[in-house]
Amino acid sequence: MAVITYRDALNQALAEEMRRDPDIFLMGEEVGAYQGAYKVSRDLLEEFGEWRVRDMPIAELGFTGLGVGAAMVGLRPIVEYMTWSFALLAIDGIVNAAAKMRYMSGGQFKMPITFRGPSGVANQLAATHSQALESWYANVPGLKVVAPATPHDAKGLLKSAIRDDDAVVFLEGELLYGAKGDVPEDEDFTIPLGVSDIKRPGTDVTIVVHSRPLHSALRAAETLEAEDGISAEVIDPRTLRPMDIDTILDSVRKTNRCVIVEEGWVISGIGAQIVDDIQREAFDYLDAPIARVTGADAPHPYAKNLEQLHFPQADFITKAVRQVCYRD
Amino acid sequence: MATRIVMSKLSPTMEEGRIIQWVKKEGDPVESGDVVVEVETDKATMEVEAMGSGVLRKILVEENATVPTGTLLAVVAAADEDISSILAEAEAAVPSTDGDGAATTAEPAATEPEPAAATQPVAVSAPEPVVESQHDGGRVKASPLARRIAQDSGVPLQSVQGTGTGGRIIKRDIEAAISGVVAAPVTAAVGPEPPYQRVELTQLRKAIARNLVQSLGPVPHFFLTTEIDMGRALDLRAELNRSLEGSGVKIGVNEILIKTAAQALAEHPNVNAAFAEDHIRRFTRVDVGLAVAVSDGLITPVLRNVGPKGLRQISTEMRGLIERARERKLAPEEYYGATFTISNLGMYGIDEFTAVINPPAATILAVGATVEKPVVIDGSIEIRSRMRVTLSCDHRAVDGAMGAEFLATFREMLENPLRLVL
Amino acid sequence: MATRTKPTDELLGLDRDALIEMLRWMILGRRYEEKTAEMYQVGKIGGFCHLYIGQEAVAVGAITPLRDDDYVITAYRDHVHGLVCGMDPGAIMAELFGRVDGSSKGKGGSMHLFDASKNFMGGHAIVGGHLPIAVGIGYAIRYREGDQVCVCFLGDSVANIGAFNEALNMTALFGLPVVFIIENNQYGMGTAVHRAAAIENLADRACAYEGMQGWTIDGMDLLEVRRTIESAVDRARTHKLPSLVEAKTYRFVGHSMSDPNYGHYRTKEEVSGFKANDDPIKRYIETLKKHEMVTDSDLELIEGDVKKIVDGAVEFAQNSPAPTADDLYTDIYAGDYPDLKRRDPWR
Repeated sequence: MAVITYRDALNQALAEEMRRDPDIFLMGEEVGAYQGAYKVSRDLLEEFGEWRVRDMPIAELGFTGLGVGAAMVGLRPIVEYMTWSFALLAIDGIVNAAAKMRYMSGGQFKMPITFRGPSGVANQLAATHSQALESWYANVPGLKVVAPATPHDAKGLLKSAIRDDDAVVFLEGELLYGAKGDVPEDEDFTIPLGVSDIKRPGTDVTIVVHSRPLHSALRAAETLEAEDGISAEVIDPRTLRPMDIDTILDSVRKTNRCVIVEEGWVISGIGAQIVDDIQREAFDYLDAPIARVTGADAPHPYAKNLEQLHFPQADFITKAVRQVCYRD
Repeated sequence: MATRIVMSKLSPTMEEGRIIQWVKKEGDPVESGDVVVEVETDKATMEVEAMGSGVLRKILVEENATVPTGTLLAVVAAADEDISSILAEAEAAVPSTDGDGAATTAEPAATEPEPAAATQPVAVSAPEPVVESQHDGGRVKASPLARRIAQDSGVPLQSVQGTGTGGRIIKRDIEAAISGVVAAPVTAAVGPEPPYQRVELTQLRKAIARNLVQSLGPVPHFFLTTEIDMGRALDLRAELNRSLEGSGVKIGVNEILIKTAAQALAEHPNVNAAFAEDHIRRFTRVDVGLAVAVSDGLITPVLRNVGPKGLRQISTEMRGLIERARERKLAPEEYYGATFTISNLGMYGIDEFTAVINPPAATILAVGATVEKPVVIDGSIEIRSRMRVTLSCDHRAVDGAMGAEFLATFREMLENPLRLVL
Repeated sequence: MATRTKPTDELLGLDRDALIEMLRWMILGRRYEEKTAEMYQVGKIGGFCHLYIGQEAVAVGAITPLRDDDYVITAYRDHVHGLVCGMDPGAIMAELFGRVDGSSKGKGGSMHLFDASKNFMGGHAIVGGHLPIAVGIGYAIRYREGDQVCVCFLGDSVANIGAFNEALNMTALFGLPVVFIIENNQYGMGTAVHRAAAIENLADRACAYEGMQGWTIDGMDLLEVRRTIESAVDRARTHKLPSLVEAKTYRFVGHSMSDPNYGHYRTKEEVSGFKANDDPIKRYIETLKKHEMVTDSDLELIEGDVKKIVDGAVEFAQNSPAPTADDLYTDIYAGDYPDLKRRDPWR
């Protein structure tokens, strides 16, 4: 184990996988000579050369389709978007082509492609650069969706995503790149897709949260323990499709209460699906309505104070937990 | 290669088209792309081209006829080609009904009939005893978990004070109640529904039910009438009443009819039944309703489990029910759910009538007046006491022969009434 | 039997077998689509169904000179491209019928034909969406230092979509062995090309990309298509240089089965004029007859063979069962995936 940043954990995952398998190549805007807009691909061009680390013109739809075509004939492309908000220009390639190629060909083509890049609010980038759109992709059969919150998970999950034979949408937290944590140096370290992680065990309430808001939730859990004597169990599903709902259900059957937190918008969000799963499979275990804490139902504002207000802060999570525990 | 000329869907909204003119006639040579026929659609007049070459062998739809899209209009084929199978196909299907998607937008044919919309209050089941509503008439708010624990431990929810949001009963409230409460076992309320054996509907039975409903109201009735010689039954009644003198009990004709019906139903259990949309309920007990006129209508008190009861008990119970019916004091379980019903208008001098079935039962017996009339017996005319009865049957559950056999038994028992007192 | 087998320049130096093979593909393409129309009209085929009648010279002229390991990709008017790539005619018809023995097990339909074993890469239904995919195939060829070529067919309307520029730019930029063939059938659905594109010859847009050669050719002339594609493929294979070929052609039928052959956007006279004077099959037969490469009895034999293939395809499709309910949830993911039916207890 070594303490490294989330950015370096991703860089390690890319380098290790590219050394392991010559069919893997990375492409995107500024991934090569610039060393990555967020330096995730630092030193890779020098090690692997331009056919494997390809700087792309600003043509998201074009290079997304390029990845799909290369995957159809057996390569394992990694497509980097400078932000997931730019991938809106490429959504035809992701949703119409990558997600469905296997199905509409009756299983003739694999789609071993990873789409990755930063997601969510950064610092005052406003409405077009701050979105958390994971629920859009999680809605599509044929895609897998991953959103790691720690350096450890980022490395282990990216390696699994690259090795996966299906199209994976991999959302990195734009404000997580500098976060530090213990990361195994073992090249064989991977985390399987579709497995939740209990980030903090507890007995009184289940908090389900992914990506950067995990850190808000962990702070809220500390406050609740200290001030209210409430023991919160914090679960990070990490993979949003397929989601390991059983770990969440087991926890809810134990705590009888649940708060679901996400950075994305509230309507039809990831949490809405988790609420559905809980009411369907653990209805008789609920002692309170499930609460959700999400990004505000508004575009992302520029002003610093409003931007902070938009995000699911620890304080909001604390309030929601008190409500479902009938402590408010 | 034979080519079908078909009424094409020439616009998204087109469902049928009219033949204006056949440009080619039978026997004309046709090249692929030639205009064969002009068709009028919902929007315009279009020319239909052949998509194959040969001879226009057969025209199937005449000029000016309007046919649905997909209909075969003509066949183009080589002069000597066998087109009989295509023609047979067209005859068999108008339009194609081979079940694999001819109607591209239609739902696949439903394999099960839609349940005839709740046309009939067949919901025999007693109103669920809604525990919460018994106290305050309102719904008790409780979390799903609290509800489940309460049910498992026998704690009545209405006895618990909720401490959650808006007074919601939550887990901790039930736990507090358990620690202070001696759980009283909640006994299931006995509903008025008689016990029955479930008989699954066959496809034929489903089809019969569906068709008959469409022909005659929600409950498809049919009627069977017979005339019964009541002489011996009336004699029996007189004899019984003599023996009961001073007891305060008096046997009426209705009681004899009730007893007879129960006995006859025991021999014909398939008539003691109800149609319940997806199955038939064959009741394993005979509960006989007796239509009673009250000041502003009609009510049918039900005498439960008539089978083992004697005439004396039937008489006592029935008179109590009728009395309370006239005082409007019957509880729902005392007038709902008869498996067989008798309506007797004989006291009004009605000779014969038909009665409307009182759901959920499948039958009702309309009883006319007993009158003296000449009857031919063994070649000579005799004056006899005769009563005409008409059995109305729900054809979905009871067929003609079933009803007739029951009625024959009923008549035979009344004409030889000693069996009743055995 | 024809007597002459010596090739001439006009016949591109092709021997009689090769010439007759192309004729067979042209006739098979025509008859197959005619039968498809009939099967659509009698309700055996659903959905959108776009026929290739009139355009046969483009697919046949462009695909027949390719090697087996070259790649072909096209849009949604794809039946004949699939056939000429060697797809099983029965599997295509079964796919159109929505049957389990279809090339995509009945899950793709008319617009989504694929055959990985023939390097036929689809069958793509979003206009322009497949151009970047073709670029990716070209990228993979160079990545592996192969010498195959990817031939990408596209409709005239694609020349106006953003992906067209993105794809052609990347192809030229990275030196990828991709040949783009615009099948300019004069109308993007019902919009005439001149009403959608601010240029007369779409292939002139090749000049925007360094190293790209543009050709505008008569797409009704099979041999001209073949000669041009041979040059373009050689540039791609040997020199990694891209090409943009615009084959001017014409569809004799409506845009799809729900569009009449003529009406609002083109006249009956226009359509019948093309059919009378510019039918690519008739023109090719005339050329072959002029060189005494084919006789009427040869044609009869070919028509007979083709009829057997087409009838056999329909019979195969008829006899193939519909997919089962279980097939709804297969072929979505390659790897393990938890129960997709978990949230669906009703189906």
